[in-house]
Amino acid sequence: MAKHHIQAHVNGDEVEFLCETEDTLLDVLRDTLHLTGSKEGCASGDCGACSVMLDGRLVCSCLVLGCEVNGGKVETIEGMAEGEELHPLQRKFLEHAALQCGICTPGVLVASKALLERNNNPTETEVRYWLAGNLCRCTGYDKIVSAVMDTAAAMRKG
Amino acid sequence: MPETTTNGHAQSFVGTRTIRPDGVDKVTGRARFGADFNLPGQLIGRVLRSPHPHARIVSIDTSKAEALPGVKAVVTRGDFPDQPSEFIPAGEMMMNYKDVVRNVMAREKALYEGHAVAAVAATSVAIARRALKLIDVKYEVLPHVIDVEEAMRPGAPLLHDDLFTVGVEPKPDKPSNVAKRIEIKQGDLAAGFKAADLVVEREFKTAPVHQGYIEPHAALATVSEDGTTELWCTTQGHYIVRAHCARLLGLDIGKVRVTATEIGGGFGGKTVVYLEPLAIALSKKAKRPVKMVMSREEVFKASGPTSGATVRVKIGVKKDGKFVAGFAELKYQAGAFQGSPVQPGVFCAFAPYDIENVHVVGYDVVSNRPKVAAYRAPGAPISEYAVESVVDEIAKKLDIDPIDLRMQNAAREGTKAAYGPKFGPIGLEETLNAIKKSEHWNAPLRKWQGRGVASGFWFNIGGETCVSLTVNEDGTVSLVAGTPDIGGLRASLAAVAADELGVPYDKVRPIIGDTGSLGFNFLTGGSRSAFSGSMAIVEAAKQIKSELCARACKLWEAKPEQVEFSGGAVRPLGALAEKVKPMTIADFAKVAGKTGGPIGGVGRINAQGAGPSFGTHLVDLEIDPETGRATILRYTVAQDAGRALHPAYVEGQYQGGAVQGIGWALNEEYIYGTDGKLQNAGFLDYRMPVASDVPMIDTVLVEVANPKHPYGVRGVGETPIVPPLGAIANAMEQATGIRFTELPMSPPKVLKALKEKGATKV
Repeated sequence: MAKHHIQAHVNGDEVEFLCETEDTLLDVLRDTLHLTGSKEGCASGDCGACSVMLDGRLVCSCLVLGCEVNGGKVETIEGMAEGEELHPLQRKFLEHAALQCGICTPGVLVASKALLERNNNPTETEVRYWLAGNLCRCTGYDKIVSAVMDTAAAMRKG
Repeated sequence: MPETTTNGHAQSFVGTRTIRPDGVDKVTGRARFGADFNLPGQLIGRVLRSPHPHARIVSIDTSKAEALPGVKAVVTRGDFPDQPSEFIPAGEMMMNYKDVVRNVMAREKALYEGHAVAAVAATSVAIARRALKLIDVKYEVLPHVIDVEEAMRPGAPLLHDDLFTVGVEPKPDKPSNVAKRIEIKQGDLAAGFKAADLVVEREFKTAPVHQGYIEPHAALATVSEDGTTELWCTTQGHYIVRAHCARLLGLDIGKVRVTATEIGGGFGGKTVVYLEPLAIALSKKAKRPVKMVMSREEVFKASGPTSGATVRVKIGVKKDGKFVAGFAELKYQAGAFQGSPVQPGVFCAFAPYDIENVHVVGYDVVSNRPKVAAYRAPGAPISEYAVESVVDEIAKKLDIDPIDLRMQNAAREGTKAAYGPKFGPIGLEETLNAIKKSEHWNAPLRKWQGRGVASGFWFNIGGETCVSLTVNEDGTVSLVAGTPDIGGLRASLAAVAADELGVPYDKVRPIIGDTGSLGFNFLTGGSRSAFSGSMAIVEAAKQIKSELCARACKLWEAKPEQVEFSGGAVRPLGALAEKVKPMTIADFAKVAGKTGGPIGGVGRINAQGAGPSFGTHLVDLEIDPETGRATILRYTVAQDAGRALHPAYVEGQYQGGAVQGIGWALNEEYIYGTDGKLQNAGFLDYRMPVASDVPMIDTVLVEVANPKHPYGVRGVGETPIVPPLGAIANAMEQATGIRFTELPMSPPKVLKALKEKGATKV
């Protein structure tokens, strides 16, 4: 079968690509667009390492087909910093040592940003439940949760 | 950032919370992990795996797969020369290449579901998948055995016809699944039990659990026509990967260059090879680069878990609480090939305690499961869980505070451990004190809540380490280490280099070099990389400092005693100070060419003197009597770090280890059907802790300096996973009145026990 011709916005850039029906958005991001910041940890939507924003919704890109994003807007970890300016979450994750190996970090950051955009004053419980779809095996989550709450506090102050 | 001054000491970076040098790449998605590497012209490699837990491989016909357009290479058992039986040390365990070659590619038999039987390289994923289906493997299915006790029974299905138990007299004349019996003895056990006022004996079972790193195994290999081989892979030890691949494929070590990619978690599971030799063999055949990445299902079925086990513990104690005798019998699953971590399990079992009479026996048992790999303090959490549970029971029976009881019997400086050595300065008592002094210890509890405490021990190791420091033309410093950085190693090593040379932290750039850039490095594991790496840096920095002093003497026409290196500069002493100004490292860098050439040092050591590490954990949990679910309410870790090079990453080790332990205690397990197949090979059904399962993990950094390390460092990574299992079991007992002796203490098991006790009514 012929490949699908897809047009989408990825991190603000207009992109075109061809994909097979079975290619996931994660396959397309990593293998076709060479945006390898999104990671494959399970390919079943259980680990969240491939988290991206699709039309303003937090999704596991391994559970979305490439051809589903036609005309859509995708935001990945590669689009999080603005120029040389890291996003406050990225800065706080470094300050809090909220990563060890770093493989889950892109997904955790994308998911955390989505949380803070809808709730700029989350409780610890809200952060924990929001991030329950992002597995981290290194940190025990403590410093991740602290970093997210500290970012929220800093962003509220402006 | 502070600047190095010419007339004062530079700031110390060791012990501060610096930003990790590899951090920005990791928060922007730029860091390249195993699966992120690609080469022009690369092929995709895939593995055909056995659907049977135990089967003789009668024949493998790959002709149809090879004929499929787009398939460029197929490899099977015939592509890997057989290896003689010979044991070599591999991390905390021993390995045998005869087994390794059979584990990476099944030979006579498939020994577990998921055992590799063939591999293909093709121009696309789709073609590779189709090719796997075209490989015709004829199996003669054999009876299988999964459980460790069943595997030990006479008449159990035999995995290896040539496996005769080592360590028993007389030498057995029949093969069995018991590879080895080991024991340690101290004192007179019978006399000890005779003298005891109370003896508590219990049997425990633990389930095999996976290391659960989020990044699956990945390898990218390219082999030239002349045999030159390059490999990129996610590993805890690229020198070890090089050694294994060279051995398995008959290559010169010098022709193999391995680059460790950023590694997405290992915990011991990335200390062995799986895909790497396959990718090299395929690339050699196809004459093109070959990339291979495991699926999560493959990770569960064909890579590392740690052992499940049966452990019997018996402790004899005087009325006043003094332990007088300790016996333990450990039966550890090794998976399909011998080599479970039963030896460290045996050594660690009673290590936290000063007991005169000790006897520990261990068995290494094969069964039709994936070959176990190291997992964080391999073997120790299992045996120490059983001991800590019995210690808790003794405290209850004697009505002694569980911390006081541990304190009374705690190993301390001068204690002779049952496994051999006499301890130097150690920090177990300090961790017990820290927990007892914590606000957590005295906080009130409600109904269905319980509090548990447990201690833990791990040896820590040193080993072969090579690090280079190079002063660049502008005075910045390049640091090359050869042990993969999994959790902040570069930050720790850069701080040490900065302090040793008296330069700012951000002027030191640490990288992990490939196998061609440094001498041999043993792997990252055993809690050795920050300990050994920092020792090697001290050595390398010493060379630089003495070289710069020598150059200064030449420039200043001075004698060696007229100069000294301090605060990042060579300083003239005495009368000479009137004549010349100190020269900083940057000053020397500018004139390096004129004063003798490039400036650098290489630390090449076999690090000795690893300081044993002890920790004590405290946990509160609450049981939901309707579901049997345990919720962790509060958690405190106290552990002796010797000296925390980077406190935040040390805390991170404590927190991460504790939460892995929570998973092990409460939910994680390999579940097999009667067909011998793994039923939960995915993150949905293999239930690791998520953020909403756990509270904040409070930490207390105890620092009892290791006198054998220039900064006092002890390894910190392994010990944190040892106490949680016991601490949680002890908390469960307090919450329910039931002593759980089987892990995981998952909701169905807890609920069943509550019902049997008639305790489900709130």
